[in-house]
Amino acid sequence: MITTQTLIDAGIFTLKTQGDPAKSIKKVFCCDLLSIAMGKAPAESAWVTVMGNRNTLAVASLADISCIVLAEGTAFQDAEIECASQEGIAVFATELPIFDAALKIQELLS
Amino acid sequence: MEEQLIFNYTIPGDDFTRAGEASSSVKNKLKKMGLDSGTIRKVSIAMYEGEINMVIHADGGAITVEISPEKIRMILADTGPGIADIDKAMENGYSTAPEEVRSLGFGAGMGLPNMKKYTDYMNIDSTVGVGTTVTMDVYL
Repeated sequence: MITTQTLIDAGIFTLKTQGDPAKSIKKVFCCDLLSIAMGKAPAESAWVTVMGNRNTLAVASLADISCIVLAEGTAFQDAEIECASQEGIAVFATELPIFDAALKIQELLS
Repeated sequence: MEEQLIFNYTIPGDDFTRAGEASSSVKNKLKKMGLDSGTIRKVSIAMYEGEINMVIHADGGAITVEISPEKIRMILADTGPGIADIDKAMENGYSTAPEEVRSLGFGAGMGLPNMKKYTDYMNIDSTVGVGTTVTMDVYL
Protein backbone atom coordinates (compact mmCIF):
# COMPACT_ATOMS: atom_id res chain seq x y z
CA MET A 1 0.00 0.00 0.00
CA ILE A 2 1.17 3.52 -0.73
CA THR A 3 0.04 6.96 0.42
CA THR A 4 -0.38 10.26 -1.35
CA GLN A 5 2.99 11.16 0.19
CA THR A 6 4.49 8.29 -1.85
CA LEU A 7 3.13 9.92 -4.99
CA ILE A 8 4.50 13.29 -3.92
CA ASP A 9 7.93 11.79 -3.23
CA ALA A 10 7.95 9.92 -6.54
CA GLY A 11 7.84 13.27 -8.33
CA ILE A 12 6.18 11.81 -11.41
CA PHE A 13 3.35 14.36 -11.46
CA THR A 14 3.12 18.07 -10.68
CA LEU A 15 1.71 18.60 -7.19
CA LYS A 16 -1.12 21.15 -7.11
CA THR A 17 -2.23 20.65 -3.53
CA GLN A 18 -1.13 17.96 -1.13
CA GLY A 19 -4.35 17.39 0.78
CA ASP A 20 -3.76 14.80 3.47
CA PRO A 21 -0.39 13.16 2.67
CA ALA A 22 -1.14 10.23 4.98
CA LYS A 23 -4.16 9.08 2.96
CA SER A 24 -3.63 5.58 1.65
CA ILE A 25 -3.89 4.66 -2.02
CA LYS A 26 -5.00 1.09 -2.59
CA LYS A 27 -6.02 1.20 -6.24
CA VAL A 28 -5.86 3.35 -9.33
CA PHE A 29 -9.10 4.22 -11.09
CA CYS A 30 -9.63 5.82 -14.53
CA CYS A 31 -12.89 7.42 -15.62
CA ASP A 32 -14.11 10.72 -17.03
CA LEU A 33 -17.84 10.30 -16.53
CA LEU A 34 -18.65 11.52 -13.04
CA SER A 35 -21.82 9.42 -12.96
CA ILE A 36 -19.78 6.25 -13.37
CA ALA A 37 -16.97 7.39 -11.07
CA MET A 38 -19.50 8.08 -8.33
CA GLY A 39 -20.78 4.53 -8.41
CA LYS A 40 -17.62 2.63 -9.18
CA ALA A 41 -14.53 4.45 -7.94
CA PRO A 42 -13.06 2.38 -5.10
CA ALA A 43 -12.59 4.12 -1.75
CA GLU A 44 -8.98 5.11 -1.10
CA SER A 45 -8.11 5.17 -4.78
CA ALA A 46 -6.08 7.48 -7.00
CA TRP A 47 -8.45 8.79 -9.66
CA VAL A 48 -6.97 9.66 -13.05
CA THR A 49 -9.26 11.82 -15.18
CA VAL A 50 -9.41 14.72 -17.61
CA MET A 51 -12.65 16.02 -16.07
CA GLY A 52 -11.46 19.00 -14.06
CA ASN A 53 -14.49 20.80 -12.67
CA ARG A 54 -15.90 21.47 -9.21
CA ASN A 55 -18.13 18.43 -9.36
CA THR A 56 -15.05 16.24 -9.80
CA LEU A 57 -14.03 17.38 -6.32
CA ALA A 58 -17.47 16.68 -4.89
CA VAL A 59 -17.40 13.15 -6.27
CA ALA A 60 -13.87 12.57 -4.98
CA SER A 61 -14.78 13.83 -1.53
CA LEU A 62 -18.04 11.92 -1.18
CA ALA A 63 -16.67 8.66 -2.60
CA ASP A 64 -13.59 8.78 -0.31
CA ILE A 65 -11.09 9.03 -3.16
CA SER A 66 -7.58 9.81 -1.88
CA CYS A 67 -6.24 11.88 -4.74
CA ILE A 68 -7.03 13.19 -8.21
CA VAL A 69 -4.55 13.10 -11.07
CA LEU A 70 -5.55 15.42 -13.90
CA ALA A 71 -4.11 13.97 -17.09
CA GLU A 72 -3.51 15.32 -20.60
CA GLY A 73 -2.63 18.78 -19.31
CA THR A 74 -6.10 19.48 -17.90
CA ALA A 75 -6.33 21.77 -14.88
CA PHE A 76 -8.54 22.96 -12.05
CA GLN A 77 -9.21 26.65 -11.53
CA ASP A 78 -7.65 28.24 -8.43
CA ALA A 79 -10.98 28.08 -6.58
CA GLU A 80 -11.15 24.33 -7.11
CA ILE A 81 -7.59 23.85 -5.89
CA GLU A 82 -8.49 25.78 -2.74
CA CYS A 83 -11.58 23.63 -2.30
CA ALA A 84 -9.53 20.43 -2.74
CA SER A 85 -7.10 21.67 -0.13
CA GLN A 86 -9.94 22.27 2.33
CA GLU A 87 -11.39 18.83 1.63
CA GLY A 88 -8.00 17.18 2.18
CA ILE A 89 -7.84 15.78 -1.35
CA ALA A 90 -4.44 15.77 -3.02
CA VAL A 91 -4.43 17.02 -6.62
CA PHE A 92 -1.72 16.24 -9.15
CA ALA A 93 -1.40 17.27 -12.79
CA THR A 94 0.42 15.72 -15.71
CA GLU A 95 0.74 16.07 -19.47
CA LEU A 96 0.68 12.28 -19.74
CA PRO A 97 -2.32 10.48 -21.23
CA ILE A 98 -4.66 8.79 -18.76
CA PHE A 99 -3.34 5.27 -19.33
CA ASP A 100 0.31 6.25 -18.97
CA ALA A 101 -0.39 8.23 -15.79
CA ALA A 102 -2.35 5.36 -14.28
CA LEU A 103 0.38 2.92 -15.21
CA LYS A 104 2.93 4.94 -13.28
CA ILE A 105 0.74 4.79 -10.17
CA GLN A 106 0.18 1.07 -10.69
CA GLU A 107 3.94 0.55 -10.83
CA LEU A 108 4.21 2.20 -7.40
CA LEU A 109 1.37 0.05 -6.10
CA SER A 110 3.00 -3.17 -7.24
CA MET B 1 -27.54 7.64 19.81
CA GLU B 2 -30.67 7.50 21.87
CA GLU B 3 -32.89 9.82 19.95
CA GLN B 4 -33.61 10.61 16.35
CA LEU B 5 -31.69 13.45 14.75
CA ILE B 6 -33.25 15.34 11.85
CA PHE B 7 -31.47 17.61 9.39
CA ASN B 8 -33.20 19.62 6.68
CA TYR B 9 -31.62 21.01 3.53
CA THR B 10 -32.90 23.19 0.72
CA ILE B 11 -31.33 22.33 -2.62
CA PRO B 12 -31.04 25.25 -5.04
CA GLY B 13 -32.02 24.48 -8.61
CA ASP B 14 -29.76 24.64 -11.65
CA ASP B 15 -26.66 25.55 -9.64
CA PHE B 16 -23.99 22.96 -10.27
CA THR B 17 -21.35 24.86 -8.35
CA ARG B 18 -23.28 24.18 -5.14
CA ALA B 19 -24.41 20.65 -5.93
CA GLY B 20 -23.08 18.36 -3.24
CA GLU B 21 -23.05 20.84 -0.37
CA ALA B 22 -25.88 19.12 1.47
CA SER B 23 -24.31 15.69 0.96
CA SER B 24 -20.96 16.99 2.19
CA SER B 25 -22.64 18.47 5.25
CA VAL B 26 -24.28 15.13 6.09
CA LYS B 27 -21.01 13.29 5.51
CA ASN B 28 -19.23 15.58 7.99
CA LYS B 29 -21.99 15.15 10.57
CA LEU B 30 -21.85 11.35 10.29
CA LYS B 31 -18.07 11.44 10.64
CA LYS B 32 -18.37 13.44 13.83
CA MET B 33 -20.86 10.90 15.14
CA GLY B 34 -18.22 8.25 14.65
CA LEU B 35 -20.09 6.06 12.16
CA ASP B 36 -18.00 3.61 10.17
CA SER B 37 -16.55 4.82 6.89
CA GLY B 38 -18.41 2.24 4.78
CA THR B 39 -21.79 3.44 6.03
CA ILE B 40 -20.82 7.08 5.57
CA ARG B 41 -19.70 6.37 2.01
CA LYS B 42 -22.99 4.66 1.14
CA VAL B 43 -25.04 7.57 2.48
CA SER B 44 -22.79 10.15 0.82
CA ILE B 45 -22.94 8.55 -2.63
CA ALA B 46 -26.69 7.87 -2.56
CA MET B 47 -27.55 11.34 -1.30
CA TYR B 48 -25.23 13.09 -3.76
CA GLU B 49 -26.78 11.24 -6.69
CA GLY B 50 -30.21 12.31 -5.49
CA GLU B 51 -29.04 15.87 -4.94
CA ILE B 52 -27.62 16.04 -8.47
CA ASN B 53 -30.87 14.66 -9.88
CA MET B 54 -32.81 17.41 -8.13
CA VAL B 55 -30.53 20.07 -9.61
CA ILE B 56 -30.65 18.59 -13.12
CA HIS B 57 -34.31 17.71 -13.39
CA ALA B 58 -36.39 19.47 -10.75
CA ASP B 59 -35.00 22.95 -10.16
CA GLY B 60 -33.95 21.90 -6.70
CA GLY B 61 -36.00 20.65 -3.79
CA ALA B 62 -35.75 19.67 -0.15
CA ILE B 63 -33.86 16.89 1.59
CA THR B 64 -34.58 15.60 5.07
CA VAL B 65 -32.12 13.26 6.74
CA GLU B 66 -33.30 11.31 9.77
CA ILE B 67 -30.72 9.50 11.85
CA SER B 68 -31.98 6.91 14.32
CA PRO B 69 -30.20 4.05 16.10
CA GLU B 70 -31.45 1.65 13.41
CA LYS B 71 -30.97 3.51 10.17
CA ILE B 72 -30.26 6.69 8.26
CA ARG B 73 -33.27 7.75 6.21
CA MET B 74 -32.97 10.28 3.37
CA ILE B 75 -36.15 11.83 2.00
CA LEU B 76 -35.66 13.85 -1.19
CA ALA B 77 -38.74 15.76 -2.27
CA ASP B 78 -39.13 18.00 -5.30
CA THR B 79 -41.88 19.66 -7.26
CA GLY B 80 -40.27 18.96 -10.62
CA PRO B 81 -41.73 17.34 -13.73
CA GLY B 82 -42.02 13.86 -12.19
CA ILE B 83 -40.85 10.56 -13.66
CA ALA B 84 -43.14 9.14 -16.34
CA ASP B 85 -41.70 5.62 -16.35
CA ILE B 86 -39.91 4.71 -13.12
CA ASP B 87 -38.88 1.23 -14.34
CA LYS B 88 -37.24 2.81 -17.38
CA ALA B 89 -35.55 5.46 -15.22
CA MET B 90 -34.06 2.69 -13.08
CA GLU B 91 -32.33 1.11 -16.09
CA ASN B 92 -28.58 1.58 -16.30
CA GLY B 93 -27.78 4.09 -19.02
CA TYR B 94 -31.26 5.58 -19.47
CA SER B 95 -31.16 9.36 -19.09
CA THR B 96 -33.19 12.41 -19.99
CA ALA B 97 -30.48 14.85 -18.88
CA PRO B 98 -29.74 17.75 -21.27
CA GLU B 99 -26.49 18.02 -23.22
CA GLU B 100 -25.02 20.76 -21.01
CA VAL B 101 -25.29 18.44 -18.03
CA ARG B 102 -23.63 15.60 -19.92
CA SER B 103 -20.72 17.85 -20.81
CA LEU B 104 -20.06 18.23 -17.06
CA GLY B 105 -19.74 14.46 -16.74
CA PHE B 106 -23.23 13.67 -15.50
CA GLY B 107 -26.33 12.36 -17.21
CA ALA B 108 -25.02 8.90 -17.97
CA GLY B 109 -28.14 7.27 -16.61
CA MET B 110 -26.39 5.92 -13.53
CA GLY B 111 -27.92 8.07 -10.79
CA LEU B 112 -30.97 6.07 -9.73
CA PRO B 113 -29.22 2.68 -10.15
CA ASN B 114 -26.35 3.98 -7.98
CA MET B 115 -28.81 5.18 -5.35
CA LYS B 116 -30.38 1.73 -5.21
CA LYS B 117 -26.99 0.02 -5.17
CA TYR B 118 -25.73 1.99 -2.17
CA THR B 119 -28.85 1.84 -0.01
CA ASP B 120 -30.71 -0.95 1.75
CA TYR B 121 -34.16 0.37 0.85
CA MET B 122 -35.34 2.79 -1.80
CA ASN B 123 -38.80 3.93 -2.85
CA ILE B 124 -39.75 6.38 -5.59
CA ASP B 125 -43.11 8.11 -5.41
CA SER B 126 -43.62 10.25 -8.48
CA THR B 127 -46.48 11.97 -10.27
CA VAL B 128 -45.95 13.61 -13.63
CA GLY B 129 -46.46 17.35 -13.34
CA VAL B 130 -46.51 17.25 -9.55
CA GLY B 131 -43.12 16.04 -8.35
CA THR B 132 -41.05 13.21 -7.01
CA THR B 133 -40.22 11.97 -3.52
CA VAL B 134 -37.41 9.47 -3.14
CA THR B 135 -36.98 7.73 0.20
CA MET B 136 -33.76 5.85 0.91
CA ASP B 137 -32.57 3.97 3.99
CA VAL B 138 -29.12 2.82 4.97
CA TYR B 139 -29.34 0.40 7.90
CA LEU B 140 -26.94 0.77 10.79
